[in-house]
Amino acid sequence: MALGKEEIAKRIAKEVKNNSYVNLGIGIPTLVANYIPKGINVEFQSENGVLGMGPFPFEGEEDADLINAGKQTITTLAGASFFDSATSFGMIRGQHVDLTILGAMEVSENGDIANWKIPGKMVKGMGGAMDLVASAENIIVAMMHVNKAGESKILKKCTLPLTGVGCVKKVVTELAVLEVTSKGFKLVERAPGVSVEHIITSTEAELIIEGDVPEMVID
Amino acid sequence: MINKIVNTVQEALQGIESGMTIMFGGFGLCGIPENSISELVKKQTSNLTCISNNAGVDNFGLGLLLQKKQIKKMISSYVGENAEFERQMLSGELEVELIPQGTLAERCRAAQAGIPAFFTPAGYGTEVAEGKEVREFNGKMHVMEHAFKADFSIVKAWKGDAAGNLVFKGSARNFNPCMCGAAKITIAEVEELVPAGTLDPNQIHIPGIFVQRIFQGEHYEKRIEQRTTRKRA
Repeated sequence: MALGKEEIAKRIAKEVKNNSYVNLGIGIPTLVANYIPKGINVEFQSENGVLGMGPFPFEGEEDADLINAGKQTITTLAGASFFDSATSFGMIRGQHVDLTILGAMEVSENGDIANWKIPGKMVKGMGGAMDLVASAENIIVAMMHVNKAGESKILKKCTLPLTGVGCVKKVVTELAVLEVTSKGFKLVERAPGVSVEHIITSTEAELIIEGDVPEMVID
Repeated sequence: MINKIVNTVQEALQGIESGMTIMFGGFGLCGIPENSISELVKKQTSNLTCISNNAGVDNFGLGLLLQKKQIKKMISSYVGENAEFERQMLSGELEVELIPQGTLAERCRAAQAGIPAFFTPAGYGTEVAEGKEVREFNGKMHVMEHAFKADFSIVKAWKGDAAGNLVFKGSARNFNPCMCGAAKITIAEVEELVPAGTLDPNQIHIPGIFVQRIFQGEHYEKRIEQRTTRKRA
């Protein structure tokens, strides 16, 4: 069975290391915060100037002066701090943020990512995505393997305007976990019940497959 | 102490003319200079080039200036929440320059700090880098970006004093401190204006030297774009 969005988030949550600073993008990445394993200590960074982001506020306790990068009302946890946008991107560009998790429309086998613009459609802008992908030491992409028409979004070469080049390290989709190596995508895990053949036919890029490919452990 | 207080928003915005380039602090609707935006709508100042991370929503923030077609060009990183913006952009009435958010912030900070240009890895290999000088540092490619040049910078702070010192609250800080001193004249509107000596010098976020005019704003609406909550257990 292909995974749902919550399960993709659960699988990615297992990648988060103890005592790390993490930036979560909008969409599936935001869900990752709900599944951080017990005993793993993280501080979430929001690029509009918050470190130590907590859950949404209780009803009636929303503060217009306290939002995340998705403009949602949030809370802060003990040890949190606020800072300006230049400092925030100093944290990102200076590689003080350990892990960036973001969504994508396309990823290519050399680690290029496209996630901000579809020619001919309304362009909303890249926000902080270009700064994040250009600088983060570790980038994990959460995305759907195929689009609604069944076409692969895991490509030899991206077709959409790029957000960054050679930056993605790992991709988690509804079908598989892929690592970006110097030789291309390596298939490291498959979704429970999904065959290697199914993943191969759903992927435009070549896949490096070594021996048996284990199933993802979700829970 | 050099007194920066002006008594009204009208006095604060004196000298702003059609065709100028203006920086606006804020992220989404958080920490935006509401009073100054309303006054610019009343003044009918037009043909503006606005440097702001976002462009407001249809009926609030910079969206109010868009409705009246007072903006010629927007320089932003993300503009997704505004139907009138989309209409003007697609019809060609509005020029739009989209730049990475960290580059936007640093171009403000560079202007504030007297740094004419800098190199950043953001946007290398993308259309953002087209036509720009690129250079390799430590084995990694970077793009040269320039400091902004703006006529006025309009920011919003939580508290300020007569000397122009500013204190921000929560994530309403965002681009506001970066834009102070980044234009020829910086105007700060604050929720609470206090006498000099009231704020603890240890707790000042922006020293008054970066601010030329300060006034107390009124009737802050502080709209919430995405009201997200959780249920009590």
